[in-house]
Amino acid sequence: MLEIKDLHASINGKEILKGVNLTIRAGEIHAIMGPNGAGKSTLAWVLCGNPAVEVTHGEIIFNGKNLLEMSPEDRSREGIFLSFQYPVEIPGVSMVNFMRTAVNEQRKYKNLEPLSAADFLRLMREKKELVEMDNKLTSRSVNEGFSGGEKKRNEIFQMAMLEPKLAILDETDSGLDIDALRIVANGVNKLKRPDNATLVITHYQRLLDYIIPDFVHVFYDGRIVKTGDKNLALELEEKGYDWIKKEVETPVEQ
Amino acid sequence: MSEDIINQVTQGEYKYGFTTDIDTEVFPMGLNEEIIRLISVKKNEPEWLLDFRIKSYRHWLTMKMPTWAHLEIPPIDFQKISYFAAPRKKSPKSMDEVDPEILKTFDKLGIPLEEQKTLTGMAVDAVMDSISVKTTFKENLAELGIIFCSFSEAVQHHPDLVQKYLGSVVPYSDNFFATLNSAVFSDGSFVYIPKGVRCPMELSTYFRINASNTGQFERTLIVADEDSYVSYLEGCTAPMRDENQLHAAIVEIVALKNAEVKYSTVQNWYPGDKEGKGGIYNFVTKRGICKGENSKISWTQVETGSAITWKYPSCILQGDNSSAEFYSVAVTNHFQQADTGTKMIHLGKNTRSHILSKGISAGFGQNSYRGLVRVSKNADNARNFSQCDSLLLGDKCGAHTFPYMDVNNDTAIVEHEATTSKISEDQIFYCNQRGISTEDAVGLIVNGYAREVINKLPMEFAVEAQKLLQITLEGSVG
Repeated sequence: MLEIKDLHASINGKEILKGVNLTIRAGEIHAIMGPNGAGKSTLAWVLCGNPAVEVTHGEIIFNGKNLLEMSPEDRSREGIFLSFQYPVEIPGVSMVNFMRTAVNEQRKYKNLEPLSAADFLRLMREKKELVEMDNKLTSRSVNEGFSGGEKKRNEIFQMAMLEPKLAILDETDSGLDIDALRIVANGVNKLKRPDNATLVITHYQRLLDYIIPDFVHVFYDGRIVKTGDKNLALELEEKGYDWIKKEVETPVEQ
Repeated sequence: MSEDIINQVTQGEYKYGFTTDIDTEVFPMGLNEEIIRLISVKKNEPEWLLDFRIKSYRHWLTMKMPTWAHLEIPPIDFQKISYFAAPRKKSPKSMDEVDPEILKTFDKLGIPLEEQKTLTGMAVDAVMDSISVKTTFKENLAELGIIFCSFSEAVQHHPDLVQKYLGSVVPYSDNFFATLNSAVFSDGSFVYIPKGVRCPMELSTYFRINASNTGQFERTLIVADEDSYVSYLEGCTAPMRDENQLHAAIVEIVALKNAEVKYSTVQNWYPGDKEGKGGIYNFVTKRGICKGENSKISWTQVETGSAITWKYPSCILQGDNSSAEFYSVAVTNHFQQADTGTKMIHLGKNTRSHILSKGISAGFGQNSYRGLVRVSKNADNARNFSQCDSLLLGDKCGAHTFPYMDVNNDTAIVEHEATTSKISEDQIFYCNQRGISTEDAVGLIVNGYAREVINKLPMEFAVEAQKLLQITLEGSVG
């Protein structure tokens, strides 16, 4: 589904990603872990086409298409979804209006008729239940005045609405209490299908107790330095990132 | 990167920029007493009205064009303008007599003049250049005693009402442009709602400038007698021309005891092209007086057109317990300039006013809010709340706020709030990530920002206004 080859990218001229290679197949859950500043969020942005990041080398193939040639909105319409680490507030734009525009844009891209108001509201209701989202939230402006936890839950709600092929969860667990974490993780698990994939970016192993990854990648200094199964996450939790740093840096010195 | 987006100007074309080929009578350019007499004769006016015009003209000669607004106005040669232009066919008695070209024009603008076609139950007075060409539903309204006709007709058939109220809210000597209008005004709409009548349909005037090198000077007078209600809407468009055209109108509203008047404007005069060439100069004086107790006047405006807008729909709150509202969205894109706002003059006791102004600037547009809240000595317990918000798209445009307050009574409560915001790249990217294009994202955000004002418009115009905002800002993303 997704193939990243020798990806280099920089922000404001500073190289952040230094040769990322990653392959994700349908039905898989991948986790990327790593210390602050390793470039995890930058990778998420590159996948979504954030214009703040400049790709200097490498390629990304998504379902047979060259992702780097696509506009951010087309990548979304192709099925890439990012649950933002810091969801953005858009005052004056109601969640209902925002979501209806988004859903219908996706449908237009697939040559489908826009949803009728009744069908749309039914879909909203169904998906809201999935993430146990308060009715009040969807009648407010996008993320405006939402608490940290509400914003994250709102991201998963949008993900449920758009049913992406590849969902990227960027630090979705940060700022969540244990109950919210469980709800969010349940939402993600319920949306899991054999034909979609999930990329979970996180600091902590905690979220991976709920969302069980098939692969765990350790990200350090702009690259994936170690790949394993879910036990790697536990090992990291126990030994800390210094262990990785040592392991990575020692061979370089030799 | 934001530079790139700003520069991706894919200008939505002004879709009302066509001209209509009709036989038009145009006066020679220039302004003098003879021209004014000619207008008056042409319109078969009574002596007192000619006197009013001449008095205004003589006063105008002593006046200078105001320069206090935050606008760069190129010099206007008032002798290079024709002050009267009219489709040649005389006032039609029935639909069959209206020039089919004119009907087509208004059809193209989406203004149906054939009554059987109107589904929305809205009465329209259509003004082309200097002349009202057709007023619909006149007879149905007359059954309720409502007078809705062109100003010229009102002068002929209801001279007492016109003489009583003309200039009673905007005196002939009020300001440079109002005085000019008082001298040369050609047509416009007249509305009278009798005591205790609630006007059952929206009344609407649609102004269309067609002839070139002419000015449009229309005059609207609305009188709402005791316990009456009326909702009135005006719309306007003009062809695309390279030269600038002058539009200097007056609107006067009188609300007597317990009367309510709601006046809505969707202003879409030709704004000029991307380089700032051409466009309408829109210098308008609009004022209402809440004359009686418990009366209410509400102005709602969506201003997207004109090269220059100079406009302050105001209210004089004379009656005790009267109230006034001003809701405005003003957009300036490319090289458009707007200096607009309101004046709320509190004279009566327990009077309330509410101002909500939303400015949107894009391109090189300059947008100013200018407002005055005055509470006079006897206006006990007067209350005002003003909110002025500015939204900037890009970094070459400007937003300015000039609020004036003049409070002479200790019991008054006057509040002012202002905010300035910018559409951020983060917001745009967030929308993009959900599959919403940058253009649509700007449309969503701008309409969200302007929603409070748009919601005040009558239903069908709210939809129009929303589309208009989006078209006006097409390609102006920052």
